[in-house]
Amino acid sequence: MSLENGSATGQQVEVLSQKFTLGFTYTRSTGPIVGRFLSSLRDGKMVGVKGSDGRVIVPPVEYDPVTAEALIEFVDVADTGEVVNWCWVAKPTEHHPLSHPFAWGMIKLDGADTPILHAIDTQGDASQMKTGMKVRVRWIDQAQGNIKDIVCFEPGDSSSGNIPRHDFEEPVVMMDAPTYLDYNYTAGNATARYLHQIRKGKIVGQKAPGGEFVYVPPRGSCPATGVATTEEVECADVATVESFTIVHIPIPGNPIKPPYVVANLLADGADVSFIHLLSEVDNDAVEIGMRVKAVWKPEEEWGYAMDNIRFWKPLDTESDKGGQ
Amino acid sequence: MAELAAVVGIGQTKYQTKRIDVSIAGLVREAAMNALNDAGLVWDDIDAVILGKAPDMFEGVVMPELYLTDALGCNGKPMIRVHTAGSVGGSTAIVAASHVQSGVFKRVLTVTFEKQSESNAMWALSNPQPFSPHLNAGAGGYFAPIIREYIRRSNAPYDAGIKVAVKDRLHALKNPLAHLQLKDISMEMVEASPMLWDPLRFLESCPSSDGACAMVIAHEDLVDESPGKPAWIQGAAMRSEPTMYAGREQVSPHAGRDCAKDVYAQAGITDPRKDFDCAEVYVPFSWYEPMWLENLGFAEPGKGWELTMSGATSLDEGGDIPWNCSGGVLSSNAIGASGMIRFAEAARQVRGSAEDHQVEGAKKALGHAYGGGAQFYAMWVVGSEKH
Repeated sequence: MSLENGSATGQQVEVLSQKFTLGFTYTRSTGPIVGRFLSSLRDGKMVGVKGSDGRVIVPPVEYDPVTAEALIEFVDVADTGEVVNWCWVAKPTEHHPLSHPFAWGMIKLDGADTPILHAIDTQGDASQMKTGMKVRVRWIDQAQGNIKDIVCFEPGDSSSGNIPRHDFEEPVVMMDAPTYLDYNYTAGNATARYLHQIRKGKIVGQKAPGGEFVYVPPRGSCPATGVATTEEVECADVATVESFTIVHIPIPGNPIKPPYVVANLLADGADVSFIHLLSEVDNDAVEIGMRVKAVWKPEEEWGYAMDNIRFWKPLDTESDKGGQ
Repeated sequence: MAELAAVVGIGQTKYQTKRIDVSIAGLVREAAMNALNDAGLVWDDIDAVILGKAPDMFEGVVMPELYLTDALGCNGKPMIRVHTAGSVGGSTAIVAASHVQSGVFKRVLTVTFEKQSESNAMWALSNPQPFSPHLNAGAGGYFAPIIREYIRRSNAPYDAGIKVAVKDRLHALKNPLAHLQLKDISMEMVEASPMLWDPLRFLESCPSSDGACAMVIAHEDLVDESPGKPAWIQGAAMRSEPTMYAGREQVSPHAGRDCAKDVYAQAGITDPRKDFDCAEVYVPFSWYEPMWLENLGFAEPGKGWELTMSGATSLDEGGDIPWNCSGGVLSSNAIGASGMIRFAEAARQVRGSAEDHQVEGAKKALGHAYGGGAQFYAMWVVGSEKH
């Protein structure tokens, strides 16, 4: 079996990459322990919880790290403390809490036995950072009940005295936790070859040498044998409806209006189906085995995407119906 | 399997739309404590924790098993996370059992959960993919065409799915832990519910739940240290197959049939409908009951719907092979836990601890889970006797 290098996977094409963001506006229920910590932040107070061994754990944890018992005894600690370890961030990114160079520090608050991780602002001056240095919380002006109520820590022996304001009456039980991951997705050789053909308005499947089955879209190797799909086989832009569903709810992030028909389509010449939209047909008239053809976007709009095909619609000639 | 193992403790949470009173840690803790209490054990009695949940995108917490060690008494002990999409609850139980059967550990705690209210499963399963049309409409969008093909092939009446939807919700009324408690459920009500993914209606689909399920699995030598009746693990099997390959049998996947064959051979099952007293089978969409009846050999191909329509799978109708007496996935769906709930509910039946949804005198039960594009399978057979 040949290695999956360029020569073994057929024609070499330009690498295709696309930026891709995966994210959601998650929410968290905090539970009573973390909720109490976040509620205290709004009042400019730091609290910890007493562990089974007498240690004061800050931020508080719900369950004892040693005995696993539920922890409930809260302890007030200071908003000042000592740096037990740190590292310098010379080039902050847009996601960092400070836009100029700063330190990430492990800070043991006065009265606590475990350190909390946060940013330390020395106005960009790394030479001020020392293990053992005294720091204090720089509080936000208007508190929200999340960890960002601590803007950062800053050098100082005593509290700043500037505690945050807030208008909340109820304790914190929920918090927003929006999370976004930015990817640079690279299509890979087999997909790139396929997309270059789609760019030209052609559906070109792939099969393994000596293999029986043509894959549209190709996945680089035959799922049954693992052999690379190096051979290209042009398929028609005519397909058979293998099955379908009429979807009555919107797809998150997709402007398409329900109800719409999503069909599993087997292109003539292919051995595995893909999903795409059916349109220009009465939804009630769609049936398994129906013959359909691609409706392409205008050529000038073609890119490296299956979206070059806007949708599929029934073949209009009677003789084309009823199978391949 | 070399050594004998049994379920000696089971713990669940009440399944509901939102558990805003607890964190994820608090949620898994509740199920774990219930299982430990049921087993009459404390944290020190546990050698390892085997945790499962569905994709991390459901809560946006990556590798939650790391953060959950405190809550699960696992500091200083092995923590293993299992991940096989929707079947993970079943696979996790099997991974836990096999660590006892192999003699690696004497007693393990296994926990699964989902806190779906922190996100939106429809979104998490419908992400746009680069270079592809954005047409993934959640799990229902994926499975509806397969169901349509089943209906075409089997000539099933249009209301077989509706019947399952009613039957499982009636079962749920006997299970106080079940999420959906639909006292007025009827064929008319299901039929009148909005069509989501034709042919699947709203009430033919599973809910989104917060919840956790846990079990303690012990080696034969330690079974007597727990007060309750054990559920002996008589067979366990997992199988997988690719989602996309030419000629794939999507309606009755090979991997499911192979997995059933394997687990039946281990447990000496030759006629599942006769040999089992009941089954807890992963049916997230109504039509998957008749489909799995066939895939699992309870009915001939094309005849699964006849069993469903005859009432054979209904506890209320006195059926000979009740399926999903707990209300099933159609009544509670904390995705990562859903497979384990099937396994645990099967165990409850043979322990005689299923309370109002108990099948009288149940001796042998099947627990089943599937996941992904119906490509992962996990099954176990539990019995009131060792063999």
